[in-house]
Amino acid sequence: MLKKRGFLYELNKNKVMFLMLMPTLIFFLINSYFPMVGIYYAFTSYDFAGGLFGSPFVGLDNFKFLYQSGALWKLTINTIGYNIVFIVLGNVLAIAIAILISEIRGKLFKKFTQSIMFLPYFMSFVLLSVLAYNMFNFESGFFNQVLKSLGIAPVDIYNTPWVWPILITVFYIWKNLGYSMIIYLASIMGISDEYYEAAKIDGANIIQRIWHITVPMLKPTFVILLLFALGSIMKGQFDLFYQLVGNNGLLYDVTDIIDTYVYRSLKVNFDIGMATAAGLYQSLFGFVLIMTVNYIIKKINEDYALF
Amino acid sequence: MKDNNSGMSLLFKTSAYLIITLISLACLFPFLLMISGSFTSNESIIRDGFHLIPQVFSLEGYKMIFTFPDQLLKAYSVTILVTVVGTVTGLFLITMTGYVLQRKDFKYRNKFSFFIYFTTLFGGGLVPWYIMITKYFNMSDTYAVLILPGLMTPFLIILMKNFIKSAIPDEIFESAKIDGANDFRIYYSIVLKLSMPGVATVGLFLALTYWNDWFLSSLFINDTSMYQLQYYLYNTINTMLFVSQMATGTGVTLAKEIPTESTKMAMALVVTGPIVFLYPFVQRYFVKGLTIGAVKG
Repeated sequence: MLKKRGFLYELNKNKVMFLMLMPTLIFFLINSYFPMVGIYYAFTSYDFAGGLFGSPFVGLDNFKFLYQSGALWKLTINTIGYNIVFIVLGNVLAIAIAILISEIRGKLFKKFTQSIMFLPYFMSFVLLSVLAYNMFNFESGFFNQVLKSLGIAPVDIYNTPWVWPILITVFYIWKNLGYSMIIYLASIMGISDEYYEAAKIDGANIIQRIWHITVPMLKPTFVILLLFALGSIMKGQFDLFYQLVGNNGLLYDVTDIIDTYVYRSLKVNFDIGMATAAGLYQSLFGFVLIMTVNYIIKKINEDYALF
Repeated sequence: MKDNNSGMSLLFKTSAYLIITLISLACLFPFLLMISGSFTSNESIIRDGFHLIPQVFSLEGYKMIFTFPDQLLKAYSVTILVTVVGTVTGLFLITMTGYVLQRKDFKYRNKFSFFIYFTTLFGGGLVPWYIMITKYFNMSDTYAVLILPGLMTPFLIILMKNFIKSAIPDEIFESAKIDGANDFRIYYSIVLKLSMPGVATVGLFLALTYWNDWFLSSLFINDTSMYQLQYYLYNTINTMLFVSQMATGTGVTLAKEIPTESTKMAMALVVTGPIVFLYPFVQRYFVKGLTIGAVKG
């Protein structure tokens, strides 16, 4: 009797939890799993009248075109290349600045500068494009004003492809530095003072204390952030690239990533088949990468595995 | 020995102050340039460029905006509506999901967690999703399309799940159950109250994403009266750019009558204003929640 009641109680309890979970499951089913059916578009020459199954099947033609036009190679290199630079530079700078801030005693100064550095994270990418334009446009940009006042001829930055990898990286850092810095700062705050006291007694100077205590203690946080970033290395920072570069074709060679290519194919060229093919390539390649990374991590240290 | 150390410390700390000050200034600089630009006369911007201090002070940019405020106000109200409804609904669903997925007595929690997490590993991509929404659900030009896609992300659900796990011990669920509370009741009157810092963080993430979104408008909205604020700004900037390019290209001095540059700056400021205003209050919670949830996650 008691057992039966317990079982019914159990069932009843799970029913409520299941109901609570329902909307979320439906959300992901529709928003994320349904579109997977549409992967089929990648193998068609899409027309709107035909829709999902009425469009002519073209096999691997879209992929062939992407490969033969050289787009696939360029987009892959750009997407991964930028992400590697973002990951390395972003983390190294965030760690360095978190360490510097943690060594500063003035509370008000600390709080104030932290707030300022975190501010760009809250700004929209549309605003970012406005700010970039103020700095770098040919006629009235601040950068050219400085050049002019120094007697140097102004530079048309929006027509100079080679500077854009630098600019995009700078703006990425500008926007995200505060965010990652705060995560590292939190880990530093979690380090016990005893280590530093002991090191002081042993006569270690400030650089030695940082190098032998703080930096090693940040390793777990760094590894977690690194692995998360590696997992999404095929996903580009679409907002950043699209708002900074927009439809400026002159810069595509050095700034086009898969995400911007897909968006343009969809919104500007209406090339559904091609856009789906590029997106599928990104998704599959990313999936294989993440599985490999996770497999290797599991071999090295199970604790860090992503799933 | 000791002197050597403190000398080094002093040097290090001085350079730390210096470097942090410089970086903070670099972070602030673009904003100052924009604020100054919004108070500068259009002619001066075109002639002298952007400066940190207005060369010729003028409010013409703001005047221009507030002469025809209808569309701006409309965009404001769309964004406020979308942000409020989206954040509240999203928070409700995310906290509920996080709660259920961390309950140890919920048998299928790992399977469901993976069902959600898998969507970050593999997906159909932008285009099939776009066609599903426009062609099969017919959701172009609706408020729903601005709200629904942003309700939840796997990242926020995991963040919330970890937060609840670390903030509330399992014994509390057990004793509440013994007292006869059902699972929704436990969620509603215990979990929500005890995980407020986490709720605040996730809520801020959601609100920020909704407020700053331009992408959904650009994909799904053709009706200009339904543009989100950021997309309205984006659109205005491009129109202004077009006007001034037309002016230089054709010699028509339209740009003189429409203060394109100062209007752009004023508009950018008016659109960003609320965030900057709320920022000092909001930032604290953000930092607090992030440091608890993200590091442990």
